Amino acid sequence: MISLHGLTKEFPGGVRAVDGLDLAIADGEFFALLGPSGCGKTTLLRTIAGLEAPTSGRVVIGDADVTALPPGRRDVAMVFQDYALFPHMDVTANIAYPLRVKKVPRAEREAKAAETAARLSLSELLARRPAQLSGGQQQRVALARAIACHPAVFLFDEPLSNLDARMRLEARTFLKRLQRELAVTTVFVTHDQGEALAMADRIAVMSAGRIMQVGTPSEVFQRPANTFVASFIGSTPMNLLPGVAEDDGLHVAGAVLPPAPGVAGGEEIVYGLRPEYMDLADAARKDAFAGQVSVVENLGTSFLVTLEVTSPSGDHLVQAVVPEDAEPPPGARAWAVPRHPRALVYRHGALVVP
Amino acid sequence: MTGDGVTRDSVTGGGTTGDGVTRGGTAGGGRVVTVETDRVRHAVAVLGRATFLAAVAGFFALPLLWLATAPFDAHPTITASVPEFTLRNFRALLDNPYVLSSLGNSVIQAAASAALVVVLAALAAYALSRVRVPGRDALLYVLLLLSSVVTGTAAMVPIFELATRLDLIDTHLGVILTLSGGLLPAAIFILKDFMDGTPTSYEESARVFGASPLQILRHIVIPVIRPGLATIAVWAVASVWGSFLTPFILLRDPAKAPGAVILYTLYTEGGSPRLDLISTFSLLYSLPVVLMYVFVSRRYGFRFHGGIKR
Repeated sequence: MISLHGLTKEFPGGVRAVDGLDLAIADGEFFALLGPSGCGKTTLLRTIAGLEAPTSGRVVIGDADVTALPPGRRDVAMVFQDYALFPHMDVTANIAYPLRVKKVPRAEREAKAAETAARLSLSELLARRPAQLSGGQQQRVALARAIACHPAVFLFDEPLSNLDARMRLEARTFLKRLQRELAVTTVFVTHDQGEALAMADRIAVMSAGRIMQVGTPSEVFQRPANTFVASFIGSTPMNLLPGVAEDDGLHVAGAVLPPAPGVAGGEEIVYGLRPEYMDLADAARKDAFAGQVSVVENLGTSFLVTLEVTSPSGDHLVQAVVPEDAEPPPGARAWAVPRHPRALVYRHGALVVP
Repeated sequence: MTGDGVTRDSVTGGGTTGDGVTRGGTAGGGRVVTVETDRVRHAVAVLGRATFLAAVAGFFALPLLWLATAPFDAHPTITASVPEFTLRNFRALLDNPYVLSSLGNSVIQAAASAALVVVLAALAAYALSRVRVPGRDALLYVLLLLSSVVTGTAAMVPIFELATRLDLIDTHLGVILTLSGGLLPAAIFILKDFMDGTPTSYEESARVFGASPLQILRHIVIPVIRPGLATIAVWAVASVWGSFLTPFILLRDPAKAPGAVILYTLYTEGGSPRLDLISTFSLLYSLPVVLMYVFVSRRYGFRFHGGIKR
């Protein structure tokens, strides 16, 4: 178990990369730190590893407060974004390196390295140097090196970002299976929401050194706690339209939608709905956003349609995902009908709990 | 196509250059003339380039040729010629009591300076590369600028004065310290570039696995920058091996003088150079450095820049 208490990391110059952060990660959990670049997620990971000393706050791993311990005594293994394989050592020596530091006899550590390599199907490559390996193979060697020292915690910094798109999908599945098998608490950093949703048991979405939401992938995807998370999660950005909650319903971008519980009396709200939950109609409706089709993007099995909606409250872009063969031609008039039960209502940037 | 040609001809014909006029006048035949002139011009260019390169190559090769032939010549002159083969010059040279010991002195001074420069420069470069020191770049540039003065002629008097006060006159240590001081800034500069090109994630990775700073240095940093260290060592040895002024001034006892200084003593009483001894000694004197270059280049390969091939 990892727990962070009031963790703050301030860099010289006053930049707060991590800002008074509390977090608990359960044993055996596959935990993602997700956020845009510069949000402090890598600094947080490095602080857990001990490569950065926190300005204030505590890091607890297992039952021990490790805040003052050097990285080598925290029982963690880290896989770096560039894998950090030692270029002058072959694969065996790289995997065996943590054991070499622990003064394990040569024969024993080489046997252990071979065993770990076999598990990650690296047996053929034991005598190669890192420069002679492909990106995916380098990643597996870095993982093997981390596994070989049997740590209590794995820390992965952007584990998939150095792979090409195709390899990334394979590596994603592979990593998730490996983590299941090893059942070691794992924290990984990513800026790719798809990666976090696909792999993690739980996700912490970060912005500006703070945690915006912690939850399972479904929680974070279906009920983003605030508009930041809502706009960050999802492969197509969520529609976030400003509106007013009146007694007869929500007035949003020219449409009148059924009233939502918890908001009323002329309160300003933001109406959030994923494009996947928006249907297109070809006739006018009161509960639809009327607009002109400006862009149609092919997503493979579906199309992302962008409507330019002109309303008394201003101009907005509304996006809807439509099945293949049902896409309207650009320039046509169309009405985007929200599936109302899927809608999320935000007040002052935070989700209004129904 | 033809229309295009006519237009171009008429345009060039109207021009003021002689070339243009010729082409415009003879229309179709003009093109053949141009092709032939081009061919001649090309041949002349090739010939000229070859002559120039041959002259430059000869300029550099002749002294080396002399070094290869003169030591084996019974009557060497200052020109390279086919020698009357003999090994007598070597015997005559070895009769000089200082010759062999001077090469030994060269080895002592070069090896000690190289060791000192490599160790100190590596530590300084590592620190300068990894720790943010304010004004680091300015410091490096000033050092680099001053280093040419430190071992240079300009500072010879104060250095002599300093060495006298520190009792370093007539010691190997005095020569070693002075020469190392002059080599260090450039060595730090080159090695810092090597270190900058090495990702810090290597060291951090080792740290997370529990390696101590000394282990990180031994297992990771030194092996990774080894080509840089080899380059610096060879360069330091070669520089010290060729140094004349510093040992000439700081050493009194000819028994401690290095090869470069002893070479200067191979003259007759009348002051004319003993070409037989000078050429033979020059050959002996240059061989160790050549052998070292070959060995190090085979073993480590030279590199003057950092960075890791991935």
